[in-house]
Formats: sequence, C-alpha cells, structure tokens
Amino acid sequence: MTFLRSILLRREAGILIMIVIFCAAVGLYKPQFLTGQSLRIVLLLTPLIMIGAMAQMLVLVARHVDLSIGSMLGFSAMVVGLMYREIPDIYWLVGFPVAILTGAILGLGNGLLVTIFKLPSIIVTLGTLSLYRGLTFIISDARQINRSVIPTELKAMSRTSPIFDIPWIILIAFGIAGITYVIARHTQLGRQIYALGSNPEAAPLRGIDVTKVTLIVFTLAGALSGLAGILYASRWGFVNPSNTGAGFEFQVIAAVVIGGVSINGGVGTVMGTVLGVLLLGCVAAALPLLGIPGSTQNAIYGAVILIALLIDRSVRQRGMISVAGAAK
Amino acid sequence: MLKKSMIAATAALALSAGMSAAEDIDIVFVGKNTGNPYFDSLTQGFVDACEVIACNFEFVAPATAEATSQIPFLEAQIQRGVDVIAISPNSPDALNQVFQSARDQGILVLTVNGDITGNEQFRDATILPTDFTKVGADQIEMVGSLIGYEGEIAILSATTEAPDQNFWIEGMNETIANDPKYANMTLVATVYGDDQPEKSTTEMEALLANYPDLKGVIAPTTVGIAAAAQVVQSRGIADQVKVTGLGLPSEMREFIKDGTVEGFQLWSPYNEGWLASHFAVGLKNGTMTNEVGATFEVPNLGTITINDGNSINTQSALTTFNAENIDDFDF
Repeated sequence: MTFLRSILLRREAGILIMIVIFCAAVGLYKPQFLTGQSLRIVLLLTPLIMIGAMAQMLVLVARHVDLSIGSMLGFSAMVVGLMYREIPDIYWLVGFPVAILTGAILGLGNGLLVTIFKLPSIIVTLGTLSLYRGLTFIISDARQINRSVIPTELKAMSRTSPIFDIPWIILIAFGIAGITYVIARHTQLGRQIYALGSNPEAAPLRGIDVTKVTLIVFTLAGALSGLAGILYASRWGFVNPSNTGAGFEFQVIAAVVIGGVSINGGVGTVMGTVLGVLLLGCVAAALPLLGIPGSTQNAIYGAVILIALLIDRSVRQRGMISVAGAAK
Repeated sequence: MLKKSMIAATAALALSAGMSAAEDIDIVFVGKNTGNPYFDSLTQGFVDACEVIACNFEFVAPATAEATSQIPFLEAQIQRGVDVIAISPNSPDALNQVFQSARDQGILVLTVNGDITGNEQFRDATILPTDFTKVGADQIEMVGSLIGYEGEIAILSATTEAPDQNFWIEGMNETIANDPKYANMTLVATVYGDDQPEKSTTEMEALLANYPDLKGVIAPTTVGIAAAAQVVQSRGIADQVKVTGLGLPSEMREFIKDGTVEGFQLWSPYNEGWLASHFAVGLKNGTMTNEVGATFEVPNLGTITINDGNSINTQSALTTFNAENIDDFDF
C-alpha cells in the first residue's frame, strides 16, 4: 500500500492521470480523438516544445530561468535559413551543427551576462529576448526565408521515418529527452546542477564550480534552442523574423511547470517534463476538434494550465497529510 | 509656416545627401508588419517603378500588425515631409486623425492592398489588387471545379476579425447559397488558424477528423493554405481532399509540383506597387487626375480606370496558378 501510494504521490503519476482523464473526456464527445491519427497529430505538435522544455528544465533546476529561448530558436533558424539561401549547394545536414553552434553561442552570452555581472537571469534573458529577436530582424533584413529555400531533405524529416513510421523529428525530440535524462541522473554535471539549484549558497562549499555549471546550463539551453530552430525550418518549411519562435518560451515554461519542475530550483524530472509537454499537446489538438473558436482557445489553454497546477498541488498536499497520518 | 518650410528644407537636404534630383517625388510605403513575404513582392513593385520614373522610395513597417502600431511610423514620415504616403492599413478607423494631419500638409494618402472601409474620406484613393466583390465567387468556382461541384467543403481563414477575409467569406456563403451551379456543395465549417502555422495545422487536422467526407478546403490566406497543403501532403490524401485558396506561388510551388495542390489563386502584389507609384507620381506632377471615371496609362498594365469611391484595381479577376504556369511567377 505504501509502495502504491508513493507511486501515486509522484508528480508523474498525477500528470499521467490528468492526461488520461482529459483524453477520455474529449473522447466522450469526439470518439475520433481516441485514434492513432490523434496520437500522430499530438506527437507532431510537440517535438519543438519537447526540446525547448528539456533546455528550460535544466535551467530551472539550476534556479535560473531562460526567457530568451524562443528568440534563440528564431535567430538560429534564421542563420541556417540565410545559409541555405546564400549557399544553395551546401550539404543540407551542415545546417544542424550550424544551428546548434549558433544557439550555443547565444546561450553562452546569456550565461556570461549572468555570471560576470551577477545579474538575475530573468532580467538578463528578458533583455536578450528582445536583443536576439532584434538581431534576427537585422541579419535577415526583416525578410522571410521562403519554403523554396529550405532543403527538401530537411522538410522531409518531419514526414519520413527511419523506423516504425515515426517521423525523424519526433525521434529526435525523444532522443534529446533520453540524453537529458542521462545527464540529469547519471552524470556529475547533473548532480551539480541539482545541488546548485537546491542551495546556491552551499554549492561552492561542496566543491561545485558555480560559474562553470551556470555557463554550461545556459550554453546547453542555447544549443537545444538552436536544434529546435532548424527543426522549425523542417516542420514548417520557412523561417520568419517575427513569428519563428515568438511566444515559444511561454509554451515551454508552461509545459515544464506542469511537469513538476520547481521555479525555486533543485526539483524536476525528465519524465514529468515529457508528460507536461504531452498534456499541453493533447489540449492544443483537442480544442479545435471540439469546435471551440480560436478566440476562446487561448483562454481555455491558460485555464487548463492553471487547473493542472492547482489539482496537482491539492492532490499532493492531501497526500502529504495522509502519508504523515499513516506514519503515526 | 516657418516650421513647415524648415521641415521641407531638412527634407531637401536629406534628399540631396541621397544624391537624388530635388524634384523627385518622395514615396513611403507603410506595410502592415515587417517580415511578411507578401509585402516583399509589393515593395519590389515600388522599387522597380522608382528606377524608371522620378520618385524616391522607402519602405517602413511596424513589427506587429496591430491597429495602432503604424501611427508612430506615419507621424515620423509626416515630420520628414514626404510627398506621398502609401499604406496597407492595419485598422479601418484608428488612422483617421493621422491621415488628416498628413493631408493637411499636402501629403497624398493612398491606401494599398486594403482600404479604410467606412472612412474613405480620410484618404485620397485606394489601390486594390482586384475586385474584392468577386473573390468569394471565384474561390467557390475554383474549389467546385476541383471536386466536381459535389460534396462537403470547409473554409480555413486567418483571424476571426480579418476584414478582407471576412468580406470574401461572406461572398463565398452567398455564392454557394444562391447559385444553382453549387447546389450539391455544402459549406460545413469555417475555422480560423490566426495566420499561425501551428494553429492553422491543428484546425485543418480537426476539420479532417470532424468531417470525414470533406472534399475541399478553401484557405483564403497565404499562411493557412500552406499549412493546409502540408497536412494533406503529410497524410497523403491529396486524392480525397482538395486544398485551394489564396497563396503565394513561391510558398506553394512545392505543393503544386508534387501534386498535393492542383490549383490556387491570387493577384500580383508586385503590380499594386508598380501601379501605386505611377499613379502617385502622375498625380503629383499633374499628368493624372484623381477623379472617378478618369483613366490613365500604366506601362505593362494598360489603361486603368478610377472607379467609384476613388478605387483602382490592378487586375479585373484573380490569377489561377497551376502546374502549367507556376514557374512563370517569381513572387
């Protein structure tokens, strides 16, 4: 019983139950929601958010926040798009290292501002949110990279599959989640990130190089945003200076927080984050199916996020009490 | 008066610094927002025209297409003392006051690609790409021809408040209700993708899930039609569901080439810029008059007539793009 209870008390179980209840409720009205086709739609909606959520999870666990990841996504995607436009003969896969490296440099920029000037990351990344977006306009001359410029092979990654008919872009997203899991759970870096986030003051005493870990976390967040950037070009077939990645940071933070990552640092799991992403994906796919007009969808989407957080909190508080009671 | 002449002097200085003849007409085009590929082509029409006729051209646009976001740009251009303001207005009524102060200074105000319906007295003339009253009927005919004039169709639009799209959708509804040719076609749903690829995609997927017998989708917006085509391409159902609407050839070429989309429509945004600059320079030089019924010649476009409400169309009907002609268009 205690074993079962401890499983049910885990954040992940709570989100999983919410996903099941939500999908079942939608399925009552719209049976077509409970089909493989819907699963495909949800999974195709989420790869970019999944990758961004992994980045944001690491940053939040380290007791920081990165508001600039949508702008880093947009800038990296634009750099790659410009490369494809100006050097049409370039081998298409070169876009991946270019995007990841571009994002890593921007992320390192965030990290340096945070560590050198000892500024709160929310302020620094609020600044670079605008700065990186503005630079995207400047390098692109405010012009969109059109579909014809994006290599066919890159666009095909969002449709074609190497295995089980699952498109490349979904496999990459889950691959990144897997790698993040390994980093978080099985490396010294992972342990240091959690230790730094749970108690920044004590971290140096425990032999943690705070500057180094902080720089790595922000650089990783940038690199992952860069990867999401080239996958944006794959998924949507264009790069737009104002739209690409705009508002991405809020989707990602919502998913991560629903997934149980604490904004106070030190707490958060990859599994919870993945489930948070999937819950938001289910909501995004279900609202149009239910015929809810677009103007209302944003409000409902926001309400779902708040309800998910409130349910989770009340379930866990009650759980704590009953566990305490059982211990007596 | 003194202030005005000082502005003029500054403008003249700025002009001579730009190595342009002092008598050239200064035209600014205020777009809806930056990064919108539609306006790249429209702007190119102005640029090319000002290389062959006596004008200087500048393009400015706010970052977002909000009702009031163009006002600071307009105020700056009035300060600068331009001769002509061409604008694709983001709002039918928010700009009245700033238009008024521009015209008080003798600046010619032309709305391009969209008008300030209901407030026409605040602009000098409007240049529209085609006769908007025919767009709805043309689009219904287009989708009808693709599905054999029989079956369920749906509309995937931009935002719920987009004035042009709503006007065309009204026309589509009237056509399908009143024209016996389309008696066997049913419009089952109108949904809105907000001109975002993600949202347009989920709305398109929901249409397919909710209406399994759907035969055709009209997306009268460039983002929507590309997103709808991508869904059909990814599902491999081009035989069952025909996507059409209004799109840019540069964005749609891939879908035409691989057979996902058989045909779609638009006009030439380029010709709007080309016509607007010729008209503006003609009015300022006194070689043309802005009177209803007056005609004038524009190179490559032929004789243009000023219609009721000082409204000018660059072409009389929509252009249809398909596998035969798509490569002839580079916008």
